[in-house]
Amino acid sequence: MTRYFTDEHEWIAVDGTTATVGITDYAQSQLGDIVFVEVPASGAQVNKGGDAAVVESVKAASDVYAPVTGTVTEGNGALDGDPALVNSDPEGDGWFFKLTLSDPSELDGLMDEATYKAFVAGL
Amino acid sequence: MRYLPLTQADRQAMLGVIGARSIDDLFVDVPAEARLAGPIADLPNHASEMAVERHFSALARQNMAAAHHPFFLGCGAYKHHIPASVDHLIQRGEFLTAYTPYQPEIAQGTLQMLFEFQTQVARLYGCDVANASMYDGSTACWEAISMAGRVTKRKKAILSSGLHPHYVSLARTMAKFTGDALDTVAPELSAKTDSDRLLAAIDAETSCVVVQYPDILGRIEDLSAIAAKAHENGALLVAVVTEPVALGAIRSPGEMGADIVVGEGQSIGVGLQFGGPYVGLFACKEKFVRQMPGRLCGETVDTEGKRGFVLTLSTREQHIRREKATSNICTNAGLCALAFSIHMTLLGERGLRDLAALNHAKAAAAAERLVRVPGVELVNESFFNEFTLKLPKEARPVVRALADRKVLGGVSLGRLYPGDPGLENGLVVAVTEVVTPEDVEAFASALEEVLA
Repeated sequence: MTRYFTDEHEWIAVDGTTATVGITDYAQSQLGDIVFVEVPASGAQVNKGGDAAVVESVKAASDVYAPVTGTVTEGNGALDGDPALVNSDPEGDGWFFKLTLSDPSELDGLMDEATYKAFVAGL
Repeated sequence: MRYLPLTQADRQAMLGVIGARSIDDLFVDVPAEARLAGPIADLPNHASEMAVERHFSALARQNMAAAHHPFFLGCGAYKHHIPASVDHLIQRGEFLTAYTPYQPEIAQGTLQMLFEFQTQVARLYGCDVANASMYDGSTACWEAISMAGRVTKRKKAILSSGLHPHYVSLARTMAKFTGDALDTVAPELSAKTDSDRLLAAIDAETSCVVVQYPDILGRIEDLSAIAAKAHENGALLVAVVTEPVALGAIRSPGEMGADIVVGEGQSIGVGLQFGGPYVGLFACKEKFVRQMPGRLCGETVDTEGKRGFVLTLSTREQHIRREKATSNICTNAGLCALAFSIHMTLLGERGLRDLAALNHAKAAAAAERLVRVPGVELVNESFFNEFTLKLPKEARPVVRALADRKVLGGVSLGRLYPGDPGLENGLVVAVTEVVTPEDVEAFASALEEVLA
């Protein structure tokens, strides 16, 4: 499983042609206490860079963009009742949705973990 | 000190930047014949304050004020009795900042008033949650259509022919810029609404069906079937109420399955006041609350466990969410909402039911009398405090002739739907608790005279 990052602070963990998407630890720390997450339903089409989910904290509401184009296979239902999972485990249980990739070559434009860390350090 | 921020040189510099020679150059798009070439003829240069007062009060006396004569106008704005206590209470110093402040939690009284207002609106409409008010009924109606688009991710709304034409017109203006498609037709002068058309038109592309209740002709219809068909197709039912007093007598739209209920709140606590300001009411099912526009007050407890009020779910709003906000409305009609809330509190549930019963009884008695005028027919099979008459001739000149006889005898459909020959004999008559039996008799005899 390989993990990639976007400059909008989403992560995507890829396993073959399927992947899991969430927001990074840096993103959750910037947002503060998360109170609501809206994830896409399974079957939804998402486009690279397009709106895929919404995350609201006590101080801001942000859109979460799809790192790659694909078809959603599952939204994380656990976030409905417990949106704070995104704060406590952003890159684990606080995942947003799973999808099948339409074009794995889209991953080439994303950052690896080391590059993302350097990117965040420069912010 | 005179406050004249711009010198002639400043003006010239600005004109130079945009390439205009004079201020007049900015008005070249106005056709020459529409521009005033010189001073207004016969307008005196000056007059004393006393002379101006006397002149304008003489002009004002030419108005036929609603309170001076038998009055039967409705169609979205209703003349009800507002107890003097309402106006007295809204002017108390504690309420002077009726607007929701930008540091809202500092004004707990304002927030509590809005919370109670929301509670009243939600209960009246039969909905889970209501916001702190909108500008007026027509803007609330558009916001509901727009919200249904966000919820369903569709852009086709079906509007009932019974929806107030001004509300339709406003929706059309907005839809021109948002790209929403509106399916709309004019009503027919008949007891039958266009619910069959609505039921047939709902499909998997429909974002919402918008139905006014009671409708522009005063007709009342069970909305359950439309709600069911809309829900089967993943669409929402938006109900529009222009006369909230009606809900003291008939089932609320929420109880019949409406997902969003909006309307005008003017009838309760707010006078006719030359057409505004009014107060828009907006309520919906709880599951759609994050797509609801407008300010929302919530009840909570502070760190010491004491009850308090906050503005809640503000992330829907423009000052946080920018262009992704649910609406550009970041405010509410605070003072009118306060008047609504105070009047509603004074009435109480029982008072509202009594008021509604009185309205309906008076309207039924008036309808009975007016259909005895030769040639006049009642269009409605059902109504609350407003019904439509079919006259033996065009209604618009009849309204004028009635006014000459000191009766303000309703709204002609020709005025609302100009150029529609099928509607020109229609006259919409509203009868509220302020109408006396003598007013009805004056109306009926004037109508007999005009139609003779």
